[in-house]
Amino acid sequence: MGHAFFNNALIRKTMILKFLAATLLIALLSFACGLYFPWWVIAPVSFVVSLLIPQRPLQAFMAGFLALLLLWGGLALAIDLANGSILSAKVAAILPLGGSSYAIVIVTGLVGALVGGGSALTAAFLKKAN
Amino acid sequence: MRIVPFLLSLLLTTGLIICLNTSWGGLKKTPLLGQFLSPQHGFWQNAEPLEKGFNESIALPGLQGKGVVYFDEYLIPHVEAASETDACYIQGYLHARFRLWQMEFQTFAAAGRLSEFLGPGENNSYVKYDRSMRRLGMVTAARAALAVMERDSVIKRDCDAYTAGVNTYIGQLNASTLPLEYKLLNYQPEPWSNLKTALFIKYMAYDLAGGDNDFEMTNAKSFFSKEDFAKLYPMIQDSVDPIIPKGTNFLPPSFMPKAPATVDSLYYNSNSTVTDEELKPEKSNGSNNWAVSGKKTLSGSPILCNDPHLSTNLPSIWYQMQIHTPGYNVYGVSFPGAPFVIIGFNDSCAWGITNSERDVRDYYAIKFKDDTRREYWFNGQWLTADQRVDTIRIRDAQPFYDTVATTVFGPVMYDPGFTGYSDIASNRSYAVRWKAADSSDELLTFHYLQSIHNYDDYKQAIGIFQTPGQNIIFADKAGQIAIWQQGQFPAKWKQQGLFVMPGEDSSYMWQHSISEEENPYMIDPDRGFVSSANQEPVDTTYPYYLGSDFPIYRGLIINRQLDAMNSITPADMMKLQTDNFDVFAQMARPVLLNHINEVGLSEEAKSYLNIFKSWNLRNDPGEEGPIIFYYWWNHLDHDILDDEFARTPLHMQHPQESTLLEALLKDTSWSFIDNIGTPAKETLRQVITAAFRETVEDMAKARQDGLLTWAVFKDTWARHLLRLPALSRTHLPIGGGAHCINAAKQFHGPSWRMIVQLTDKTEAYGIYPGGQSGNPGSPYYDTFVDRWASGAYLPLWVMDPGETMDKRVKWVMHFSTMPSSEKL
Repeated sequence: MGHAFFNNALIRKTMILKFLAATLLIALLSFACGLYFPWWVIAPVSFVVSLLIPQRPLQAFMAGFLALLLLWGGLALAIDLANGSILSAKVAAILPLGGSSYAIVIVTGLVGALVGGGSALTAAFLKKAN
Repeated sequence: MRIVPFLLSLLLTTGLIICLNTSWGGLKKTPLLGQFLSPQHGFWQNAEPLEKGFNESIALPGLQGKGVVYFDEYLIPHVEAASETDACYIQGYLHARFRLWQMEFQTFAAAGRLSEFLGPGENNSYVKYDRSMRRLGMVTAARAALAVMERDSVIKRDCDAYTAGVNTYIGQLNASTLPLEYKLLNYQPEPWSNLKTALFIKYMAYDLAGGDNDFEMTNAKSFFSKEDFAKLYPMIQDSVDPIIPKGTNFLPPSFMPKAPATVDSLYYNSNSTVTDEELKPEKSNGSNNWAVSGKKTLSGSPILCNDPHLSTNLPSIWYQMQIHTPGYNVYGVSFPGAPFVIIGFNDSCAWGITNSERDVRDYYAIKFKDDTRREYWFNGQWLTADQRVDTIRIRDAQPFYDTVATTVFGPVMYDPGFTGYSDIASNRSYAVRWKAADSSDELLTFHYLQSIHNYDDYKQAIGIFQTPGQNIIFADKAGQIAIWQQGQFPAKWKQQGLFVMPGEDSSYMWQHSISEEENPYMIDPDRGFVSSANQEPVDTTYPYYLGSDFPIYRGLIINRQLDAMNSITPADMMKLQTDNFDVFAQMARPVLLNHINEVGLSEEAKSYLNIFKSWNLRNDPGEEGPIIFYYWWNHLDHDILDDEFARTPLHMQHPQESTLLEALLKDTSWSFIDNIGTPAKETLRQVITAAFRETVEDMAKARQDGLLTWAVFKDTWARHLLRLPALSRTHLPIGGGAHCINAAKQFHGPSWRMIVQLTDKTEAYGIYPGGQSGNPGSPYYDTFVDRWASGAYLPLWVMDPGETMDKRVKWVMHFSTMPSSEKL
């Protein structure tokens, strides 16, 4: 029992650490690569990190999703606050998102998150297929 | 099978990325959403922090000396440069830095290249636009101008420096720092060139001297009897107060243009009609300017004022700046797209411009031998027409190849292959003769104006200026004031070019230019002021034909007011420049009120009539009177003229508002009042009353729609060049209108208001409906718009070299050949 419990706890702990590491790494590498490469660099970054830190598909997806949600959403939010929402309100009226700055911050985060999550998920499936 | 979820996930993810990296939609395309939304690449990068600073050090390779730019709190640059060339270099950089997209957009429009990045447009409208600009010869004209510009070593040197400045900035750009509109439309800027500067100059020439009504007038002449035509399109209005007062003596003409022998049979009495539809610049491109001498001012020094009326675009057509070099110290507004200050003042003089509105674009009917349009009949023989093929690239579509023939008159604008904006097929061909197609060097005028010291310098500077003809006004600290209608104008016989002219021989061609000294002018007049507001420059005793499409009312009220004013201060001038008094309404109201039949009017109608009667004749933002007047006059105009005009599908020129008013003032039984569609003979009393009843219905509807104040009804915008409401400032609370000195219309109005008092220390004020930054994500995008709308001004700070530590200096930008060694 104790052994099994220890094992389970260890596995859970490892899982959480791997998840956190993957999330953090995807976010950091995406940011760094984003300085030099086109926007879609977040896809190969999420993919490669997911290969290097193997996780179950759901966890992999969540790591990529969360990493980009935080990175893109967070960057957008920070820029928007510094800008006093001058531009986001205008762009949100064009796109059209009813001129809502919040909506466009959320949409930005979600778009990044879907690409990041999908790429990480693909890598996790590839690992399993192998 | 683990491979299936992998493939599925791979497919979905790559599919998503491809979708996000694609531009969707039909005529209006979405941006690449992934790129556009990416906080590191897309529009977020254009969202400037409110606290962003502009303390920078910038390398301009080849800069002769060190340059410093001091930005004040409005982001207006005060440039300190070692030479004029350095100043142009820095100006090019600043224009690009803050206005690049607009600069390029305007030159793309000038060159007929809109379809290249906007696509064909609805109903091919962008392709038609591009074809119109190309056929008119905008590119050829710009190349011809460039050749002259580059022959002049000064202009060549300055333009090269300006171009280098623009390209330095373009060279610094990457996918992230690209201006917002490039990201929205998904394209990239091209390198700048002197040709683009020349194209911009020609764009202004098109905007200000590209108008004519030749087709509409030709149709009207063929449709109406001689008597009716004279009534509808008088040569001059009785009440006009010309720029040069009536009764001035003019020199006998140095050249007498001779009408062709066939003018009666082939021209005045010809019944030809035209179905083609022209691309025309905004008709109300006009302006006010005036200068009063010291004897009329409180300070004893002259005051010069100018407010050019152009489309109130965002980003604004103007960029405000001060340029200080060892040679001059100039302050004013510049055109992003060209070096120098265009309207402004230096330490000794001030100048301003308004449009002359002279007709310098005429059409000739060309007889081609056959559909290949390779040969045309001229002076009794078949001549070979030059032909060129224009390639119009269209986004996401095959290019369009336009074959354009050129004749001795000029390029063929319309032919069976191109009917302009008309959908009606036509088998006729018309060549265009346009003054702006002649090579000239207008930039040189502005180069000289920057450093003028007195009247003689001014006179010499403006002497170079050919097209678009302008009323260039002048005042200096020595106390002189002057105005010249400057330009190279064709000497025309009476009504030459009012209609399409026969193009089968040389007899209808422009024969000569009016010699420059015969242009209308006035220096230090006894009345103590000079002014212009696009009205006729002179009365009919002037020996040359001028055209007949001039607005008269702003000129009337300006002169009336200036006559009455004394001990004038800059504050008085602010009041005058933003005056909403409607002199047209003042003259028209008695006609309406003297003839309305009040019997049987409903209570509602009577209440509107009372509002109109007690209206103070001011088009102030909160007034209801101007709306009633607007509807009433429009209904009256249509009720009187539509029956005649509706008898033909031909496009005919609608008579000016002043024509109808002056006719009704003179003759209450003017023949057009009768509705020819009814057996009865209508009286003025009947039509005015009927028009008022229609007005009451409109007013009821306007009340329902909440449009019962003039500003809300008129709805003035500072509109983004792409016409996107989100990037525009909409519903501005501003009064005025077409006939007011404050000529603020819906998308058009005073694009720069400037007041300069030429006291020892210059006292100047200015405002324009925009902001120094062209970036919609900048807090400086619309800095001045609200002040402009409310009629407020900002003092124009002419920074002294000793004021570098002044608290008005917010940021400092250092320019040198090598910035790395530079310490900020």
